[in-house]
Amino acid sequence: MELQSKYRTLRDVPQLDYLSPGGSLCAGCGGLLAVRLFHKVLGKNVVWVNAAGCMTIMVNYPLVPLKSNWLYTAFASAPAGAQGIRDALDILIKKGKIPESEDLKVVVVTGDGAAYDIGLQSTSGAIYRNLDFYYLCYDNQAYGNTGFQVSSATPVGSSTATTPATPSQPAGNIQKRKDLFEIWRAHNPPYIATLSSSYAVDFLKKVEKGSGFRGPKLYISLAGCPTGWGYDPRETIREEKLAVDTGIWPLKEAVEGKVRHTVVPRALRPVEEYLATQARYQHLFTPTKRIDVIRQIQNDVNSYWEGVADREGFDIKLVET
Amino acid sequence: MTSTRSMLMTGNLAAAWGARLGRADYIPAYPITPQTEIIETIAKWVRTGEIDAKLVQMESEHSMLTAAGAASLAGARVFTATSSQGLLYALEMLYNIAGWRAPMVLVNVARALAAPITLEPDHNDILAARDSGFLQFHAETCQEVLDLILLAYRVAEDSSVLLPAIVNLDGFYLSFTREKVDLPSEEDAAAFLPDYKPVNPFSASNPVSKGATVLNGALYSYFKYHMHASSLRARDVFEKASAEFERMFGRSYSPVETFMADDAEIVLVISNSFSTIGKQAVKRLRNRGIQAGLIKLRMLRPFPSSLVARYLSGRRGVAVFDQNISLGFGGIIYSEVLTSLYHRRNRPQLILPVIGGLGGKQITIEEMERIFEATKNELGSESPEPLFLMRSEELERTMNLVKTAKEVHS
Ligand code: SF4
Repeated sequence: MELQSKYRTLRDVPQLDYLSPGGSLCAGCGGLLAVRLFHKVLGKNVVWVNAAGCMTIMVNYPLVPLKSNWLYTAFASAPAGAQGIRDALDILIKKGKIPESEDLKVVVVTGDGAAYDIGLQSTSGAIYRNLDFYYLCYDNQAYGNTGFQVSSATPVGSSTATTPATPSQPAGNIQKRKDLFEIWRAHNPPYIATLSSSYAVDFLKKVEKGSGFRGPKLYISLAGCPTGWGYDPRETIREEKLAVDTGIWPLKEAVEGKVRHTVVPRALRPVEEYLATQARYQHLFTPTKRIDVIRQIQNDVNSYWEGVADREGFDIKLVET
Repeated sequence: MTSTRSMLMTGNLAAAWGARLGRADYIPAYPITPQTEIIETIAKWVRTGEIDAKLVQMESEHSMLTAAGAASLAGARVFTATSSQGLLYALEMLYNIAGWRAPMVLVNVARALAAPITLEPDHNDILAARDSGFLQFHAETCQEVLDLILLAYRVAEDSSVLLPAIVNLDGFYLSFTREKVDLPSEEDAAAFLPDYKPVNPFSASNPVSKGATVLNGALYSYFKYHMHASSLRARDVFEKASAEFERMFGRSYSPVETFMADDAEIVLVISNSFSTIGKQAVKRLRNRGIQAGLIKLRMLRPFPSSLVARYLSGRRGVAVFDQNISLGFGGIIYSEVLTSLYHRRNRPQLILPVIGGLGGKQITIEEMERIFEATKNELGSESPEPLFLMRSEELERTMNLVKTAKEVHS
């Protein structure tokens, strides 16, 4: 039986914040919002282990907005940093050198560049060793910190600074995203989930639920990125919600490997509604509408949900293409 | 001075004993030749309960060093070891760990760098790390390996230093050579090296940020200046710790060791295991009435410039033996010795650059003697010819190998 969650409505979002206001990230950053929400569930006894990315700039000496611990490691090896801290705390507690009250939750926080690309080796190593840690990836689907270049999380059809739409490559990026959720699942960790701050209750519940497991816990949070995606900063929540409602960003979890979708739109909205609002997809609409690319994106979404509906036994209304 | 027991041990085993007597809490590991024996030994001790520590095999040296530094910041005493390509693969993290001010000890078993790939030693690996902020101590003997590890912890953890340290020993020449090593008792080692008291570790009651961003050059310079000043202080801290070490164990370690150098006219500057061959040559030359001497660099970072200058000023000729090559320039230590002497009033007439022993190429006592002769011959010359040590029969043998291979494969 499922444990009763503390989080049932938006009113249950904890007021207490572990991040001071202000800071040097872009206005409307969805990544920062994810970090903020995540922290609310974990409480104050946390050490964040960070790899190079947008959040790195959050802790900007001497202006440190965090009320918890922070370590910037390097682009490739934040999970290894988490390993060192977890192991050290375990040994020191075991030897009685520090009291258990000084124990910390160890949380890796990285962007998609580290999570999907350069840090995959150290991530795989940490999961393999069954490290007891949280991994929060704020996925803005490109290298945002360096000016929005393609990453292996960039979706088909998105233009980036290194995959611009041109007459010879009218779709922008043509590579399919790596499926980080499945890459992790193949390593058999106890808990994996996708998140979007736009579904905050689902978000909080999953962090709470994952906390009940020892071992590696992955959270991939969609991170609306006004600067890279090209929309007004106040629209972040709306963009992230559209991503869920069009079926582009499925909200799901895998407990001990068993996948379940936690938010199932009864009827998907057309992906076009989402794509049309962002500058990174503008080449799909002007000067001529690239129906072929939009249809490909829609077909991918449809076939994903068809499969899920079959496996999990629910009905879903797909978009006609 | 207390009683100790002696054992025959390899340099690698001595390094493992350094971790054991230093009571390391945590050893992240990744295998690489010729370092593996160190970690295998410790792994066995962890399993038999002879050490109360955790050893975890990581998936790369880069991760290994990340875990090492992070664990040190959480308050554990950390030991690990690597070599060659592994050190280079982890190089990014060396800079980070030094910047985190995480006082851990890393043993490097020197091995030349690819390509061509080889297992045998020279010092290009360890010298690639010289600007990282890690303190560097270089061992000549297995005894030194053990003792320098204990000293390295003392210096690294000193609150006026707080920088990580590397202890370097030569692959094969030392890693697999058995020598008699005096083993301090656990009690004495603990008296010399008390438990690690971390400064502001990660904690629930007093959260800290480490490795934070700085978004301007003045702040960055401020941090780097402090690291530099701390590194320079490490020399005094080392000398004090070493004096205490001598009182307890009867062995003394100066940052620079002198050998028959008091009245020497020609002095060889050298480091690591080839120093032993150099010393033999000096003895032979002395027997022939030649005033030869040697100084051995035991501390490479901070560079003991003033000691080097003190020992070398007033000599007629100095030869600097570099077991490394900065391609397109020459020997790395050569330039550091030159720099240390430039402003001295009676700097030596001649400082001869010598490069030898690359990739573990053997050096004979005769070759060492040849260095002294060459130095004498070059006295008075304005631009001395750098000496690349290779014997003619070695060159011949190399050419023959190439020729034979051509014949076999044609
Ligand atoms: S670039 Fe995007 S992800 Fe990065 S801080 Fe700005 S809004 Fe956030």
